[in-house]
Amino acid sequence: MLEIKGLTAGIDGKPILHGIDLVVPDGEVHAIMGPNGSGKSTLSYVLAGRDGYAVTGGTATFDGHDLLAMAPEQRAVAGVFLAFQYPVELPGVGNANFLRTALNALRRARGEAELDAMQFLKLARAEAKRLSMPEDMLKRNVNVGFSGGEKKRNEVLQMAILRPRLAILDETDSGLDIDALRIVADGVNALRGPTTSALVITHYQRLLDHIVPDRVHVLAGGRIIRSGGPELAHELEAGGYAAVVADAA
Amino acid sequence: MSALAHPRGAGPAWLREGAEAFLSRYAGLRARLPGDALRREAGAAAFRAHGLPGVRDEAWHYTSLRAFAETRFAEPLTPVADCGALMARLPAIAAPRLVFVDGRFRDDLSVVPGQVAVRVGGPAYGALARPEGEPLVALNTMLAEDGATIEVAAGAAGGTLLLASLGTGGPAERPAAFHPRHAVRLAAGASLTLIEVAIGNGAYLHNPVLEISLGAGARLEHLRLQDESHAAFHLSTLYADIAEAATYDSFALVLGGRLSRLDVHARLGGPRATAHLNAAQVLGGSQHGDFTTVVRHDAASCASRQTVKNVLTGRAHGVFQGKIEVARDAQKTDGYQMSQALLLSPDAEINCKPQLEIFADDVKCSHGATVGELDAEQIFYLRSRGIGESTARAMLVRAFLAEALDPISDDAGRAALEAAVEDWWRRQAA
Repeated sequence: MLEIKGLTAGIDGKPILHGIDLVVPDGEVHAIMGPNGSGKSTLSYVLAGRDGYAVTGGTATFDGHDLLAMAPEQRAVAGVFLAFQYPVELPGVGNANFLRTALNALRRARGEAELDAMQFLKLARAEAKRLSMPEDMLKRNVNVGFSGGEKKRNEVLQMAILRPRLAILDETDSGLDIDALRIVADGVNALRGPTTSALVITHYQRLLDHIVPDRVHVLAGGRIIRSGGPELAHELEAGGYAAVVADAA
Repeated sequence: MSALAHPRGAGPAWLREGAEAFLSRYAGLRARLPGDALRREAGAAAFRAHGLPGVRDEAWHYTSLRAFAETRFAEPLTPVADCGALMARLPAIAAPRLVFVDGRFRDDLSVVPGQVAVRVGGPAYGALARPEGEPLVALNTMLAEDGATIEVAAGAAGGTLLLASLGTGGPAERPAAFHPRHAVRLAAGASLTLIEVAIGNGAYLHNPVLEISLGAGARLEHLRLQDESHAAFHLSTLYADIAEAATYDSFALVLGGRLSRLDVHARLGGPRATAHLNAAQVLGGSQHGDFTTVVRHDAASCASRQTVKNVLTGRAHGVFQGKIEVARDAQKTDGYQMSQALLLSPDAEINCKPQLEIFADDVKCSHGATVGELDAEQIFYLRSRGIGESTARAMLVRAFLAEALDPISDDAGRAALEAAVEDWWRRQAA
């Protein structure tokens, strides 16, 4: 599904990614772990198409299509979803209106019929309920006045409604209490299937107790320095990043 | 003194000539103009003395009247019969309506209300306007032909009333000018929702003056839609005198006009009076829109609130001047003023001038201003969810305006303003 080869990228002329090689096959969940400043968020933004990040080399394809050549909305239409580390507040934009506009944009691009307000609300309420989210979150402005945990849950709600084929979760676990963590994990696990994949970017192993990854990659200094099975996350938790980074050097 | 005497002031020739043209029109018309001749003559004397303001006048520093002063207008003498297309553009609000066409009351197009006393036929000169201080009020006083006096009795609920101005546009070489003069008086404890709409076709000058008196505990919700023709000049002045515990809650939406200025003078005259002077200007092309307010706190424990938003595209120019005056005895004043501007093109321009004049010592007054483009991070967030860039930008501009419109408590009025904004979007897209 996702194939990254020799990807180098930076911001403001400062190189951050120094050659990423990563393949996420259909149906697999991969975790990317790494210390602060290793390039985790840069990788997620480059994959989602945020302005300001310059790709200086390498390729990233999604189902064989050049992901880096697509506009951000085209990537979303193709099935890529980024759960933001810091979800953006949109004062004056109602959450339900935002979600419906997004869902209908995707449906339109895929040649599917758009949902009217009633059909959409029915769907959104059911998803909100499944994620144990209060229904009034749909009525409020997008992320405005939300707590940190509510913002993260709202990302998962968007993901549940938009049903991406590749979900990239950028430190979605940061700032979550254990109950919220479980809700987020349940949301991701509900999406798992033979044709959907996830890239879970995290600093800590604890999210991976709930979303068990097929592969774990360690990102340090803009490179993947080690890959392994789920046991690698436990090793990192026990020994810290320093030992792994030192081994690889 | 001759009506053609030169106005004082050392302004440029076009300014003097513009004023002289109005004075000469007055000389020809004054025998026929209805109403209080003394008031009218006092207005003419003030206009003669001060002429039209130039950019050297502090209050007009950001708004040049040159294009206006260089246009030769004519006060229309014959009523226009067919206004069907313009009438169809009025908001569909199930309420009584007073319709003025080119500044004259049209009985045949109006639905006179039951709960509200209305008098028409000649200018409704009130006691609040100060022609000696405001050149365009002097011009209005001098040339006013018609207007409505709207009164709600003590304790009565006046419901909703629509006050509409239709400009039919004269010949391009000699556009129509009209100067309606209205008065609104709410006795103690009375209430009214007044929805004022100005629309039109072609070139014309609409120079209305509205004097509002609110008795103790009265409440006026005043929604204003300035959606004039883009060839029109809209220069309006409003005075509001707000007594003890009364509320003047106003919102002005400015979409139209080639050159527009809304001047608002609100005086909080009794304790615990409240004034909300909110506005949004949405302008494109080479439109110029100026929203200028003076709020005078003359009594203790009054609150004034102003949130003014500008959305400017093309080469549009927005102005917000907000002055808060706090008299020595107006302790516990609570004054708030916020200007927020969204510039959607590199050639759009906003001027914002807050002014505080505070003579009391126990007051809370604050003001702030933001100017910016759309937030890149917000645009990316929307796009990352599959929403195309132009839709994302439109959503964020709507959201910026929704924050201004959402607090309007009158549902029908808010819906009318929202519909006008949507209409503006459609015209922009076309």
